[in-house]
Amino acid sequence: MTLLEVEDLWVKFPTRQGIFEAVRGVSFSLGKERLGIVGESGSGKSMTGRAILRLIRKPGIVEAGHITLEGTDLMQLSEKEMRKVRGQRISMVMQDPKFSLNPVMTIGAQMMEAYLLHKNTSKTQARAKSLEMLKAVSISDPERVMRAYPHEMSGGMGQRIMIAMMLIPDPQILIADEPTSALDVSVQRQVLDIMDRLVTERGMGLIFISHDLNLVAEFCDRVLIMYAGRVVEVCDADRLHEAKHPYTQGLLNSLPRIEDPRKHLVALKRDDAWAEAPSVSGVKADA
Amino acid sequence: MSDVQTMRAWLLTDTPSSRRHAKLASLYKGWLTLRSNTMAMFGLAILVFLGLVALFAPLLAPYDWMAQDLGNRLQPLGAEGHLLGTDSLGRDILSRLIYGSRITLYIVALVALIAPIAGLLVGTVSGYAGGWVDVVLMRITDIFLAFPRLVLALAFVAALGAGIENAVLAISLTAWPPYARIARAETLTIRSSDYISAIRLQGAGPLRIIMKHIWPLCISSLIVRVTLDMAGIILAAAGLGFLGLGAQPPSPEWGAMIAEGRRFILDHWWVATMPGLAIFTVSLAFNLLGDGLRDVLDPKDGNQ
Amino acid sequence: MLDIENLNVWFGDGRDRVDAVKAATFSVKQGESFGLVGESGSGKSTILRAITGLAPHWSGRITVDGTDLGKRRDRAFYKKVQMVFQDPYASLHPRHSVDQVLSETLYLHGVGDIDKRVSTLLEDVGLGARFRFRYPHQLSGGQRQRVAIARALAGEPKLLLLDEPTSALDVSVQAEILNLLTDLREDRGLTYLMVSHDLPVVSHMCERLAVMKSGEIVEMMGVETLRKMTPSHPYSQSLLGASVSHKITA
Repeated sequence: MTLLEVEDLWVKFPTRQGIFEAVRGVSFSLGKERLGIVGESGSGKSMTGRAILRLIRKPGIVEAGHITLEGTDLMQLSEKEMRKVRGQRISMVMQDPKFSLNPVMTIGAQMMEAYLLHKNTSKTQARAKSLEMLKAVSISDPERVMRAYPHEMSGGMGQRIMIAMMLIPDPQILIADEPTSALDVSVQRQVLDIMDRLVTERGMGLIFISHDLNLVAEFCDRVLIMYAGRVVEVCDADRLHEAKHPYTQGLLNSLPRIEDPRKHLVALKRDDAWAEAPSVSGVKADA
Repeated sequence: MSDVQTMRAWLLTDTPSSRRHAKLASLYKGWLTLRSNTMAMFGLAILVFLGLVALFAPLLAPYDWMAQDLGNRLQPLGAEGHLLGTDSLGRDILSRLIYGSRITLYIVALVALIAPIAGLLVGTVSGYAGGWVDVVLMRITDIFLAFPRLVLALAFVAALGAGIENAVLAISLTAWPPYARIARAETLTIRSSDYISAIRLQGAGPLRIIMKHIWPLCISSLIVRVTLDMAGIILAAAGLGFLGLGAQPPSPEWGAMIAEGRRFILDHWWVATMPGLAIFTVSLAFNLLGDGLRDVLDPKDGNQ
Repeated sequence: MLDIENLNVWFGDGRDRVDAVKAATFSVKQGESFGLVGESGSGKSTILRAITGLAPHWSGRITVDGTDLGKRRDRAFYKKVQMVFQDPYASLHPRHSVDQVLSETLYLHGVGDIDKRVSTLLEDVGLGARFRFRYPHQLSGGQRQRVAIARALAGEPKLLLLDEPTSALDVSVQAEILNLLTDLREDRGLTYLMVSHDLPVVSHMCERLAVMKSGEIVEMMGVETLRKMTPSHPYSQSLLGASVSHKITA
C-alpha cells in the first residue's frame, strides 16, 4: 500500500549566478516500509525531506508533479492546511535534538503541549499519553524526565525524547534527517532499535535520510542513492553491496575497513555524466 | 557592453587570481547585496547628497550664511529670493542649512573616528586578556554607562568650555562604552574559536592576534552599530547646540539654529522647523544605511 | 618523539572541578602513528589540547622530542608540533583568504620567500594555485581541511596532532584526506597522534592505539589485535562490536 507518492520533485534557489537546483526531478513512493535516502552533503537528500513537508525557506521554490499523501496532493494545500499535515500526519526528526527542543520549558510541558495542540483532550490525559510515549522510547524513569529541562539530557536521551514527541500525534510517516549522526556509536544503535520497533509496530512509513551507507544498508528496506540532486540508483538495502552504479560502488569502496587493511583508500572518481543522467524513479512497481 | 559583461564576470568569479582581485570581488559582492536593499540605497543617496552639498556649499548657497538683512527678517517660506525664508536677523535659512551640513559632517566624522576606535581597543583587549584587566576595564565602562548620556556630555562641555570641538569630544567620551561592550562580547566568542587556537599554535602573540585576527571580525559589527548610532550622535550634537553648549552663534549648526528659532516658534514656525527637518532627514538616512550594512557585513551570515 | 606520563587534565576548581583526563600514560615513537579512540567526553581531544598548551590546568609529564614541557610553550615547540582541527568550517578565519592564512603562518615561523612557499604548500596538499586567493566560504569541506593541513605543515613540524580530521567530511572526501595524510607522513617522516571515534579510520591510519573511557586509558593495543577482533577489555570489545555490526558483510 502506498502512503506517499512523490513525482518529479524540484527544489530551486535563485542566486546571483542563476538558479541553483538542489533537487532535480526526484520521484519515489513510500509504503509501510523503511526507505533510506543516502548521499553526500549537497546531494539534495535533506532538501528532499524538507520539500515533502514544504519546509523550504524562501526564496527557495518547491515544484512537483504531485506529492500525494493518501490521495491528497500536498502541493495543492494552503499553508494553514499544511500545518495540520506537519506533525499530525507526517513528523520529522532532525539531526541535533538540542536545537529542536525549547531550552526554557521542561520536557514534560513541551510534550503535553504538543499533544494538546493536536488532540482536544484534558491535561491529565495528555500527561498520561506523554508518559506512555517516553516509556515507548525505552526511557526507564519517565516521571523524572518529564520534570527535566533539555540541557540536563544527554544527546541520546534528547534524540529519544524528540522521537517520542514526534510520535505523540500518531503520524503515518516519520521523516528522520540524520537522526543519529550526532550520537556515539553505542547510543546510535539503541536509538535506531527504538525507531525500528516503533515503525514496525505502528505500521508507519519511515524516510531515513543519512550519509552513512552502512547504517542505511543495515537499517532500511529500500535505498535511494542521490547525487547532485538526482536519484542515481534505487536498490534493496540488503543488496546495496551489489550496487551497480559507479557512484554507489565508489562510495562503498572509499570506506576504510578494519578487516581489510590497505595502504591507500580508493578515492572516488567523479564522472560528470552522473549529474546529467536522468533521475531514476524510486516508485515501487507493485505499489 | 561586452566590456561591462566581462568586468562583471571578472568581479563575480569564485576563482580570483590575485590578492587585489579577491578583495575587489568580495567588495563587489557586498555592494550587490547592499544595492538590492532599496531603503539602504535611499539612505546612501541622501548621505551622498549631503556630502556633495557640504563640498560645494559656496557654489550652492544663494547668500553668505552670515549676511544679515534686518529689513528682511523672518520672511516666510517661498519669499522672494529666500526659498526657505529668513531668520530673526534676516539671514537666508537655506544658505545656513547648506553651510551647516559641513558642521554636521564634521561632527559625525570626528565622533565616528574617536568613539568606535576607543571602544574597539578597550573591548578587544578586555575580552582577550580576561582576568583582572577585563574586570578593571569593564568597571570603567560601567561607570560611563551609569550616567545619562546628555548629562555626562553636558558635564564634560561645562568642564572643557563650550564650542564645537569640545562638544565632539564630550559626545565621543560618552559614546564609546557601548562599542566596548559589543567588541568585548564578540571577542569572547572569537577567542575560543578553532581558528584563533590554530594561530596561537603558530606562535602568534596576543597583540598580533587581537590586531590581525580579532579586529577584522569586530569592525563590521561596529560599523553597523556606528551608522545606527549616528542619528543619536547628530541629535546629541544638536541638543548641545540647542542648549547653547555646542556650536556658538553665529555658527549655522543645525541644533543652534533650532535654538535660535525657538523664540519665534508660534508665529514663525519655519525658522525652527527647517533645520529640524534637516536633522531628521540625515538621521533617518543613517539609520536606513545602517540596516542595509548589517545585512552585508554581519559576519555570521554575510558570507553566504 | 612524544612521552606522556601520568597526565591529568581538569577544568574548573574546587567543587566544580571536572577531571577530563586521569593518569594517562603512553608514548609515541618517531615516525609512528598512534590513535586515541573513545566516545564523546572520554577526554581524548583534551589530551591533544594539553599537549598544545590550550588546556589551562594539567599535571604530569609531557615530553616532546626529549624536552619536558612547562606551563608555557615556546616558538621551538610550535615549530615541532602542529595540530589539525576537527571542524574545517570552524578552523579557518572567515575573513582571511587561503593566501592570507598561509602567508601569516609562514611569517610567524620566520620563513623567507613566503610567496613561493605558499604555492609549494598548496601543491603539497593537492590544491592548485587557483585556490590561493579564495576565501573559506568559496571552498568545500575537503578543500578547507587541505588548507588546514597546509597551515599545519607550514612550519615543517615533526609531530602532527590530528583531532578527528575527517569526521565532518563525506566518506569520499574522507578517503582523499586520509590518503593525503598517509602520503605526507611517508614523504616527510611525520609522527601522528590521531584522535577519532571511528575505529575503521584509526585502524587504517595507526599502528598502535589506546582506548579511552571517561578520562582513562582502558587498553592499549597494536592494530593487529583490532583486526583480529581480540581486544581484552570489555569496553574495547563493545566499541568494536558497535562499529562492526554496523558493517554488513556482503
